[in-house]
Amino acid sequence: MAHLAPTPVLEPGQDRTMILNMGPQHPSTHGVLRVLLEIDGETVVRLMPDIGYLHTGIEKTCEAKFYQQVVPLTDRIDYLCPLTNNLCYVLAVEKLLGLEIPPKAQWLRVLLNELTRINSHLVWLGTHAMDIGAMTVFLYCFREREEILKMFEMVAGQRMMTSYFRVGGIALEPPLGFFDRVRDFAGYFPEKVDEYENLLTENPIWGMRTKGVAFLSAEDAIALGATGPTLRASGIDIDLRRDTPYSSYEKFQFKVPVAKEGDVFARYICRVQELRESIGIVRQALDGMPEGPIKADAPHVVLPDREKMKTQMESLIYHFKIITEGFQVPAGEVYQAVESPRGEMGYYIVSDGTAKPYRVHMRSACFANLQTLAKMCEGKLIADVVAAIGSIDIVLGEIDR
Amino acid sequence: MPPTPPITDLEQLKGHPAVARLRGWNSQAVQGVKFDREEMTIYVRRSAIREAAALLRDDPACPFNFLSDITCVDWYPSEPRFEVIYHLLSIPKKERVRLKVKLDSGSPAVESLTPVWPGANYFEREVFDLFGIRFTGHPYLRRIMMPEDWEGYPLRKDYPVEGYR
Repeated sequence: MAHLAPTPVLEPGQDRTMILNMGPQHPSTHGVLRVLLEIDGETVVRLMPDIGYLHTGIEKTCEAKFYQQVVPLTDRIDYLCPLTNNLCYVLAVEKLLGLEIPPKAQWLRVLLNELTRINSHLVWLGTHAMDIGAMTVFLYCFREREEILKMFEMVAGQRMMTSYFRVGGIALEPPLGFFDRVRDFAGYFPEKVDEYENLLTENPIWGMRTKGVAFLSAEDAIALGATGPTLRASGIDIDLRRDTPYSSYEKFQFKVPVAKEGDVFARYICRVQELRESIGIVRQALDGMPEGPIKADAPHVVLPDREKMKTQMESLIYHFKIITEGFQVPAGEVYQAVESPRGEMGYYIVSDGTAKPYRVHMRSACFANLQTLAKMCEGKLIADVVAAIGSIDIVLGEIDR
Repeated sequence: MPPTPPITDLEQLKGHPAVARLRGWNSQAVQGVKFDREEMTIYVRRSAIREAAALLRDDPACPFNFLSDITCVDWYPSEPRFEVIYHLLSIPKKERVRLKVKLDSGSPAVESLTPVWPGANYFEREVFDLFGIRFTGHPYLRRIMMPEDWEGYPLRKDYPVEGYR
């Protein structure tokens, strides 16, 4: 962040090149990303992202909160996949506590996570296509996204900042009619993906703007710390849902889309295929949804039901204690990683045995993915920078935290 | 359910591929180990971290070829005050390992891992920005989140949550 001192000033070389400032208010930087470009005519000689405009010190704030109070903060990191962040955080705390989560809660978490993935990919597809000039797709994507946001509102009462998962389970039972609504959506969504693909995949203009553009080799992708579709589009077959399963993902069947080309088009294909796989997981979760409780049997951690609180003394005491003093977590440290729509989202939590986390660190996928941008763009045309930024699907809230 | 106590005995854990590899290279490099909650932690001597990382990356049997994350924990006021933490992932074997380096509060500095993984760049800048740890050999060690002229290191424990007023 550089509003006071002129930060990364690139020295222009011998009058041939000039420095161009892109952002932080540029419409195609998906938030407040500032990119410094050294250009020679239309060619990018050097590129340097400048971040930090959204830094809010969330990691520091977490240290001053009880464990259960951190959940709403995690939403605000990445506003396109709040439930993925919720999940990653609660999984990490549950690992510290050694809690066993009932199957229904795990399956609901999977269901909602895949809806979140679809939601996030739809925003990505819409805005990415609009950056490159395909306006229609944007409106199509937001039509389906609206339906997903309405489902989130049904379960969590919020469209975006859901905070629906709790340490030890899930906040509330989903309301009546929720599963029917999801099933309905899962029924018609694949046709909608066909619709997007009809508009883009075979479209020659889309192909010219994306094929062979912003190439990233597999070696570079690994060396620079890229994860998620950005890595898979370069030919590395890794997906944490399949390879290090969490929250019962091992019970679901899905394919991991991988492409070899390593260009913008390959990343597009990977994500569109993921939309189809995700809706398949949603359907499996609906069909196999187990019965049973949605919260773990751990009264010192999980808030009691409202009914019990009004009729049972112990529940009232536990409720009072959790709210006023939090719950203590055994000392130790864990690193929990999940596959977010953008790649490896990791929470590193250190506990010193008290009710507040000693340290919470979020490993953000976009933060590492952003480092690949220079590799993708240097030596290429300036118009392709926009396509490259769109293709790594950045969310600045997650980068800056 | 109380968690099972961590295993910290080096003899019990010497079969772990990363531990075996590091001890085979330099018996002094590994200062300690911890196996807790299914996660492996190796304490590495400060001067050995870069070579240790390169060695683990190029291990033919189990290459920890991916750097997931670098972060830091401040144990103020105890000494050694800082722990710099590296999370490595083996993409072929789907294994994770955590390396730790302990640093004193005097002038905390450690070798940069950017020659091993260029992707360490942003992570180290972030740790430098928020904790004030210097990474020697880093190509561009400047603040990344906070403004250039910011005073202090916000994630240190002696930095108030509300900031200095």
